Amino acid sequence: MSRVTLYQVTVIGGFVLLLEALCIGGVIDKVTMPPPHRIVVDFVRLLSSKAMYPEIAKSMANVLLAFALAYVVGIAIGTALHGYRTLRDTLDPLFATYYAIPVFAFYPLFIVMFGLGDGPQVLIGFLLGVVAVIVTTLNGLDRVPSVLRKTALISRLSPLQTALRVTLPFCAPYLLTAAKLALAYAFIGVIGSEFIMARAGMGYEIGFAYTNFDNATMYPLILLILLLSIAMNGALSHWEKLLLARRGQA
Amino acid sequence: MPAPHVTLRGVTKVFAAAPGGSPVHALGPIDVTIDSNEFFAIVGPSGCGKSTLLELIAGLTDATEGVIEFEGRTIKQIPDGVGVVFQEDACFPWLNVRDNVAFGLRETSIESTDRAKRIDDAIAMMGLHEFARSYPAQLSGGMRQRVCIARTLVAKPRLILLDEPFGALDQQTRLLMGDEVLRIWRETGATVFLITHALDEAAMLADRIGVMSARPGKLIDVVRTGWPRERDSRIVEREEFGAITGTLWKTLRDESMKTMGRMTASR
Repeated sequence: MSRVTLYQVTVIGGFVLLLEALCIGGVIDKVTMPPPHRIVVDFVRLLSSKAMYPEIAKSMANVLLAFALAYVVGIAIGTALHGYRTLRDTLDPLFATYYAIPVFAFYPLFIVMFGLGDGPQVLIGFLLGVVAVIVTTLNGLDRVPSVLRKTALISRLSPLQTALRVTLPFCAPYLLTAAKLALAYAFIGVIGSEFIMARAGMGYEIGFAYTNFDNATMYPLILLILLLSIAMNGALSHWEKLLLARRGQA
Repeated sequence: MPAPHVTLRGVTKVFAAAPGGSPVHALGPIDVTIDSNEFFAIVGPSGCGKSTLLELIAGLTDATEGVIEFEGRTIKQIPDGVGVVFQEDACFPWLNVRDNVAFGLRETSIESTDRAKRIDDAIAMMGLHEFARSYPAQLSGGMRQRVCIARTLVAKPRLILLDEPFGALDQQTRLLMGDEVLRIWRETGATVFLITHALDEAAMLADRIGVMSARPGKLIDVVRTGWPRERDSRIVEREEFGAITGTLWKTLRDESMKTMGRMTASR
């Protein structure tokens, strides 16, 4: 175990122990938050009962769909925009101010347009992530050395072949960063939307448990979202590290 | 008399004006003929348009005026049979040595057995067989340049364009890489067109050396070295080597001073 990993484990472990002490000592009352060991017990019970599996499956399917759409569309738009300077310059102010726009404010409009199904949730996850992917793709493409583009020209590759075989592979570290951002935004968009106006999903169940003071369901579900999000991002980070090491950039 | 392989007639290049600026006359007019299997080098002061000249022959950019012919055909786009080695590291960092070399063959319709043999031959020719599975980040600058040369050779080009390929290497490695290039030139029978700022490199490698003026770059002299085809870096010990380098510098000195004066004036 590296020194940094040891520090990370110590900080997280210390925080959990502090919470445990505060909960058991009564500083944080039981209605607000059960002690961490209790959350873990409830978490195991919740997963063993399988009762939440349909909700978990629904949320995760929507998160993955929003992520995949944001990622594929974002890379395609970013790659296409890179070739059109004027269009890119026109859209740059929109990209720069995009995250000042509260996408959730459009949720009622999306419900009117797409109904109360999964559509609006996926759309919000997609809208939150897609611009981050476009901007990160453009950022990566800006850094492709001109000599690699010339090499592609000399090899008589078409623009599409150049993108698929030269420029996008060069940008792979940037595209992994884009994947991490898209995944995080997909979680925020989908789970956040389920809180507001959905009839199913992990976000809905957390909201329902909250209004009914059902801490035995609410906290394990929050823990599950945390674990899923961290595990997925951790896997992408590990992949990124391997890729950078291969390129001598680790 | 050897057959002309590349012919440039009245070739000029003028770059369009940047906003608020005026057009830049970068090159020409240039008239020169390079023979088949000849090793032709170009030297000139910084910014005289050496690399632009190479890009024109490679079909990477269009001439403003004039005609460039390769094997009797006018170059209008990137011609078949031309390979380029650039000064910058052009290795693909995500591919290992073998895949980098194979990239040069990707777009040609060659049978898989012949493809594998050509890749193996190119790797062996550049002495990279022990590093076939290594990634560029694991190699030195000289070895990465060998990978780029192997990638160019695998397509069996009839014209090899070298754009200051050893510019980033130390002097000893440059001399040894020069030997490699001479060996490749002899073994492949290709015509080689070398751009370099190093007078000694041009004097050691080339059959003829074109000397370019300050911008707009024109050929102001063509020096014939008279070296035998079988030669290597040991010719630097010869008296004639010093004489050729001296001749080049005598022609180039005033032009380099013009460039320096321009740079000083622009500060």
